Amino acid sequence: MEEIKLQNLSKQFDGFTAVDDVSLNIKSGELFSFLGPSGCGKTTLLRMIAGFEIPNNGRILIGNTDITDIPPYKRQVNTIFQNYSLFPHMTLFENVAFGLKIRKTPKPEMNDRVKDMLKLVKMDDQANKYPDQISGGQKQRIAIARALINNPKVLLLDEPLAALDLKLRQHMLIELMNIHDAVGITFIYVTHDQSEAMSISDRVAVMNHGRIIQAGPPDDIYERPNSIFSAYFIGETNLITGEVCDIESEYVQLRCPDGQGSSFEIDSTFHFNPTLGKEITVSLRPEKIAISRSKPRYQDDINMLRGVIEDILYLGSHTQYIVRVGALKFRVFSQHKRVYFDDKALDWEEPVWLFWHDTDTWLIDQIPEEVLSAKEISEGGVNHLSRSAKRQSIT
Amino acid sequence: MKRINISQFYKGFNLTAFSLVMVFLYIPILILIIFSFNDAKIITGWRGFTTKYYLQLVENDAIKEAFRNTMLIAGLSTLISTIFGILTALGMENKRFSGRRIVSALIYIPLVIPDILMGVSLALLFNFTRVNTGMLTVLIAHITFCISYTVIVIQSRLEGFDYSLVEAAMDLGAKPATIFWKIKFPLMLPGIIAAALLAFTLSIDDFIITFFTSGRGFDTLPIYVEGTIRRGTITTINSLSTLMIGFTLFLVVITKRVRKVLISSL
Repeated sequence: MEEIKLQNLSKQFDGFTAVDDVSLNIKSGELFSFLGPSGCGKTTLLRMIAGFEIPNNGRILIGNTDITDIPPYKRQVNTIFQNYSLFPHMTLFENVAFGLKIRKTPKPEMNDRVKDMLKLVKMDDQANKYPDQISGGQKQRIAIARALINNPKVLLLDEPLAALDLKLRQHMLIELMNIHDAVGITFIYVTHDQSEAMSISDRVAVMNHGRIIQAGPPDDIYERPNSIFSAYFIGETNLITGEVCDIESEYVQLRCPDGQGSSFEIDSTFHFNPTLGKEITVSLRPEKIAISRSKPRYQDDINMLRGVIEDILYLGSHTQYIVRVGALKFRVFSQHKRVYFDDKALDWEEPVWLFWHDTDTWLIDQIPEEVLSAKEISEGGVNHLSRSAKRQSIT
Repeated sequence: MKRINISQFYKGFNLTAFSLVMVFLYIPILILIIFSFNDAKIITGWRGFTTKYYLQLVENDAIKEAFRNTMLIAGLSTLISTIFGILTALGMENKRFSGRRIVSALIYIPLVIPDILMGVSLALLFNFTRVNTGMLTVLIAHITFCISYTVIVIQSRLEGFDYSLVEAAMDLGAKPATIFWKIKFPLMLPGIIAAALLAFTLSIDDFIITFFTSGRGFDTLPIYVEGTIRRGTITTINSLSTLMIGFTLFLVVITKRVRKVLISSL
């Protein structure tokens, strides 16, 4: 089986750089996602692999074959388009058979393979319908069958679930994973939906401004973001900035100004070597923070902070608290497990303790300026830069 | 006091308007059809049923020739103007073609130019270039005014064309020529058929432009009909018109069938 290699790929449109020097290896059989906000270059990257865009720079290889200059109709790559792009004047059967017909496959063989493929996507009973007679989810299945019947080495999926409603999306996601397991080829998946990418992928590449910010397994990116952008784009997080005031072999201590003249210390486990006195940002996921009315028992590896509840948002599976510490705001998720706390419910303006384990304070190494613009930071509500913007986005 | 129910008022109004439109559209045609079976030389009232004027039609050589001419001109001008329409519409699709706006304006103008102006100007042109008027000049004139319609109809069909279908076909291994014949052309086909039908009917019943470009000795049906009415015998004209109505209806019905057959054969 063959690996897909992207080597220094770049693409410009009229002076705008859509993809900027991307290099990446995608393993054979992997379900790999490109995740990023709209305009980050993920679709352009996919279209270059499909052959619809010609890169200004760089090469694309499948195994040892350079496919950069091969036209799309000669590549062993097939695409699922965002709007499915089924041929409206053909029946579902004819749609699926299209690729085989082009290759002049003998009729009996073609019929068998189309039937098998329709069975795989559970559409064998509707073969004679036309695309405008079926639902969005069914169109999706036909699009998958139409692509897979050509035995591609790689299947490209361009936001394939974007047009479906939530329940159907969750259902199709599982089905896509099943199909991936059944056919065993490489899937490259493009989406702006982080939960989609997280749940389906073996590995995810987070993209912004045409570059790959971080690539790795979903849990790696979530638990160990390498940049403010990764931390903020994947899931929810608290970003806190402080000055490195102590470095030991096991942990790093930051002194963080609270915006009202005083400061507090937070500890983090050591995972790279910051310089003493340097300003650094940490990411602290809201679900890692515990919240309590009574002071927790002191432990060596626990961070503790005193704050006041500013807002409570009941979200069903959990409650989101906005807790004020000085002028900073912490987002805290708390699940409703009564076995842990027998307190009566926390109230607005109530003083509380926040506490979390040192290992959950994730130090973020300084990131290049161009990766995350100041505007995005403020829109995303990073703590030290724009508190008001954050408040607006929450309430 | 009685309150007027607005929606009922509109309903009544709509029904009246609809009935009036239908009456003015179809009553004259109905009368024409009925009187084509009337056993009288002039329209004076019902004198009994006859089919003799239909028989006279078949025996009339001048009518037969006019019919042949009409069909020939309509067929040829439809074919040529539709092909031109397809090519022009496809060419105009290319956004990098800088003359798009000018060409598009030039194509629209003949739609709004009065027929009489077009007829006179064509007659002047043929006179100036010393081309003998006759079948060829009529054909040229018909193609000229049909092209505007065919281009516009086919172009409007292409306007909503989803380019991702081309990419999808390419992705599935189809080369550009295959994509045109398997994807693009079948999807254009309803527009092409509509354009051809429009060109055909426009050509069949054109009088003004044909009048100015045909000269003596080349009659199409409208020219013949006009000449006959001028001489006062309208009986065969009623039956001729009835046949033409039937023919047109027949065309509309078969094009629907033809479209289905064509698409499935591609």
